[in-house]
Amino acid sequence: MVPFAYAAARSAETAIARVVGVQGAEFIAGGTDMLQLLQERVREPSELIDITRLPLAEIAAGPEGARIGALARMADAADDPGIRQHFPVVAEALLASASPQVRNMATIGGNLLQRTRCLYFRDVATPCNRREPGSGCPAQEGENRLNAILGGSVQCIAVYPGDLAVALVALDAEVLVQGAGGKRTIPVERLHRVPGDTPHVETVLEAGDLITAVTIPASAHARRSHYLKVRDRASFEFALASAAVALEIEAGTIRQARVAVGGVATTPWRLRHVEEALAGRPLDAGVLREAAAHSAEGAEPRGKNAFKVMLLPRTVERALRTAGGLA
Amino acid sequence: MDELAPRRELTVSLRVNGAERRLTLDARTTLLDALRDGLHLAGTKKGCDLGQCGACTVLRDGRRITSCLTLAVMAEGTEIVTIEGLAADGALHPVQAAFVEHDGFQCGYCTPGQILSAVSLIREGRAGSDAEIREFMSGNLCRCGAYTNIVDAVRTAAGRTA
Repeated sequence: MVPFAYAAARSAETAIARVVGVQGAEFIAGGTDMLQLLQERVREPSELIDITRLPLAEIAAGPEGARIGALARMADAADDPGIRQHFPVVAEALLASASPQVRNMATIGGNLLQRTRCLYFRDVATPCNRREPGSGCPAQEGENRLNAILGGSVQCIAVYPGDLAVALVALDAEVLVQGAGGKRTIPVERLHRVPGDTPHVETVLEAGDLITAVTIPASAHARRSHYLKVRDRASFEFALASAAVALEIEAGTIRQARVAVGGVATTPWRLRHVEEALAGRPLDAGVLREAAAHSAEGAEPRGKNAFKVMLLPRTVERALRTAGGLA
Repeated sequence: MDELAPRRELTVSLRVNGAERRLTLDARTTLLDALRDGLHLAGTKKGCDLGQCGACTVLRDGRRITSCLTLAVMAEGTEIVTIEGLAADGALHPVQAAFVEHDGFQCGYCTPGQILSAVSLIREGRAGSDAEIREFMSGNLCRCGAYTNIVDAVRTAAGRTA
């Protein structure tokens, strides 16, 4: 790690003002991703402003919706009875994330902003357009087994690594953001940016923007939702492909469906065309398979990640079957 | 308006195994390094130093964390328990005793982390089945492959402490 200065903030306003005003100042919360990035010298902040003493850890979840404070620990959100009952896909995505130790430390806001696990991004001895704009993207022709088949560009094919954001995108959740210019809400689906020509600009947040909470609207489909994560190991591993699905079913007919996927795309990726193929159709295995078969439409595999083109529809199909009670 | 005055060197007060300890630290110091090098509590092990192996697991306010991913300055005001703080009055903690009984280790390097993780797992109520124990011990790697005996030890300890 390079030297940095540290202070704990007593108010959100002070923390935000400091990060806006001081070159290289950044927030730190749970620290689980930050410490890895500091150790590997991927990040070299001049100052870390500790926000964990701010009163932003409250969780309120029930039949009217959920509000999860940005500083709630992942383990607490995963174990919350209201989240588990009304938004099972969220609890399942959290429990499929990281390890118990990390879930006791990592915060909800920080989890949404965790950085990619692309091997080149994490290795400062190699070029990476996301880490160092204009330096190149060795993943295009290199070790790209873990990289994205959707949402990539010639500049970057790094996968968005999280699980929670995928579940939140499926449920039309929003983040509440406080910044130098006041407060605003952003749909989780619009929080992350596809790399395009500016892979180093990862989110729509600006310097000093602080996520203060996540809100999830109540819905019938949220109660019948499921998260499936396929990975190289049974536990404590990032997704090769994952699916967050939610179904509203009435008298054997799918009234509404939500499908978002992870591990395959540069951002948490919603599959609206799969949702549309499910809406209004009878709930049966053939319908689910047929709809899921389109999950990887538009995929651009780059070699070693080509297996994801087949893995993704199978992952979506299995998640839909489980949510629909047809597993 | 409270002004922030970030500093590169700080004096912090850490509560470890029930005792208050004051340390002057570089802001970069991880809790793991503060425990080992600052407080000479070398029972907490450094494996990967990236949160992936679990050898550095300690309890913070009763819950397991990886001390390598925690800045020591951020642990101020919390209660830290390391492997040195588990035994009471010379008697092994039930989880320690179960690891000895079931031979839940070979080289022993991962063992302090395994034991603290297991203590926390049992408190979390995650010892309901062998499958649950395996899933919720997944943050602790054992390169010797003592997993079978570790699961036996955790199951036994959970049965005695529940």
